[in-house]
Amino acid sequence: MSNEDVNQGRRWFLIGSTAAVGAVGAAGVAVPFVKSWNPSARAKAAGAPIKIDISKISPGERVIAEWRSKPIWVVRRTKEALDNLPKLDDSLRDPRSDMDQQPAYARNPNRSIKDEYLILIGLCTHLGCSPTYRPELGAKDLGGDAWLGGFFCPCHGSKFDLAGRVFQGVPAPYNLEVPPHYYEDDNTIVIGAEEKA
Amino acid sequence: MKQLVDSVMDWVNERIPVSQLYKEHMADYYAPKNFNFWYYFGSLALFVLVNQLLTGIWLTMYYTPSGSEAFNSIEYIMRDVEYGWLLRYMHSTGASAFFVVVYLHMFRGLMYGSYQKPRELVWLFGMGIYGVLMGEAFFGYLLPWGQMSYWGAQVILSLVGAVPIVGDDLTLWVRGDYVISGVTLNRFFALHVVALPIVLLGLVVMHLFALHEVGSNNPDGVEIKEKKDSKGVPLDGIPFHPYYTVKDIVGVVIFLLVFCSVIFFFPDGGGLILEAPNFEPSNALKTPVHIAPVWYFTPYYSVLRAVPDKLGGVIAMGAAIAFLFVLPWLDRSKVKSMRYKGWMSKVALAMFVVSFLVLGYLGTQPPTPGKTLAAQVFTLIYFLYFIFMPIYTTMEKTKPVPERVTG
Repeated sequence: MSNEDVNQGRRWFLIGSTAAVGAVGAAGVAVPFVKSWNPSARAKAAGAPIKIDISKISPGERVIAEWRSKPIWVVRRTKEALDNLPKLDDSLRDPRSDMDQQPAYARNPNRSIKDEYLILIGLCTHLGCSPTYRPELGAKDLGGDAWLGGFFCPCHGSKFDLAGRVFQGVPAPYNLEVPPHYYEDDNTIVIGAEEKA
Repeated sequence: MKQLVDSVMDWVNERIPVSQLYKEHMADYYAPKNFNFWYYFGSLALFVLVNQLLTGIWLTMYYTPSGSEAFNSIEYIMRDVEYGWLLRYMHSTGASAFFVVVYLHMFRGLMYGSYQKPRELVWLFGMGIYGVLMGEAFFGYLLPWGQMSYWGAQVILSLVGAVPIVGDDLTLWVRGDYVISGVTLNRFFALHVVALPIVLLGLVVMHLFALHEVGSNNPDGVEIKEKKDSKGVPLDGIPFHPYYTVKDIVGVVIFLLVFCSVIFFFPDGGGLILEAPNFEPSNALKTPVHIAPVWYFTPYYSVLRAVPDKLGGVIAMGAAIAFLFVLPWLDRSKVKSMRYKGWMSKVALAMFVVSFLVLGYLGTQPPTPGKTLAAQVFTLIYFLYFIFMPIYTTMEKTKPVPERVTG
């Protein structure tokens, strides 16, 4: 076959338009494949709010609950622990909770609704390990006298204070996340929902 | 009888060129005659690949990919299925053996300049294989659904979250749930047993096709195709079959001796192949005290930890692998083999190997300030090997390369 009598402009137009239409079709076909990787309706439903009874938590104790398969911590802080929090401000990355790691009602010095009860998602903001609870003062492996209690991530050594605020010089970039929550009554916290106005 | 065989072969060859392919890639494929110990690892990699495919197919016959059943089905394989323990240990040990063999194979390439012109594509396909292999290892490690499977995947998937702006949504999309769950397990299973093996086999074919097009390099880095006899056969070449097939069988036998010793006597490799926390079912609420990836990932894991910034760490880790891809364009040396390169290249390669090994060791250890500092120093050395390569390979004085291969 010779190419002499070929209308090159028309040929390129046909090749180009066929390719363009084909590309749109391929993009359309890709949608179900890509979308199917999103959380399913079942996974979303499993994210329903949970209730935690806090009446039996003693001062200094932490309890763990599960919401959306994530560990939810409730720590009842002692008076001493709360008094110690402001002393740490200078060695923290985000002492005033400027980053959006908590609902507006927990953006305060103690990062909680009620001073005593700290509610956190127990996953390190670095790579999602679950830090250990280290409330003891002056733990030798965590910096001795400077350690006023908090959380330590065993994976990469990130440290957080007893308000879940991250220390400087560790891999974790942000404070531990405070989940949406409210007090149904004095003894019950609901995790995963906000109080209706 | 012979007549019958010949006529059948003729019939086949007129329809698909089997005999021609056999000649091109086996009987009339001329490889340099001076291959040494380091040339075992290519064929061994192929051997381990076959082991992984066979044992892998058999394991899927007994394994149940679901969040509630996966861990139990591994126990079922280990205790109830006849020889299930052996199939599993062959597969789990095979994964580590694959990386041992591939790392030695890659070191051979670095040492003798096997990535240099005209073998850039051989190297690139090989790096592609290495990348897919890392994916296979990562996806496969989640399947036993133990504590280390779970939290290892949690850590590595969180790396996706370091992508600016869309990071969190992207992590959610990859995971398919708010944390690692059975959903994640099922998609990893699909990728591990179907998607990536297909890609892997394709890349292996491309790697070999590219290699057989340009011919193998050798410890002297001399192109044997430049000196041919009157029949067009390289003077320093010998047919791959039977010479190297027989040599490689010796390699396979020695490899099997070591491989079987591990399978039968140290199947957990002292915690390097199967880690203790992985004998506990996964628990989303409790992280094991110390998380370390399997040994073949630890050098990169050290690089990740050495950078005190999440995004920075991920970029450094990616760069540590990406630099290997562009190696053919970083090495400006006129000679291929380390035998004829100058002292700077030799020192650089030695430093690189040391830093890779030290980073690998540090990656298995819990982080302490001293070890983090060491990881930072050796990460720097790792990168300097690549960054300064165009300079030291250009300025150093090389030795004359012989016309023909030596001994």
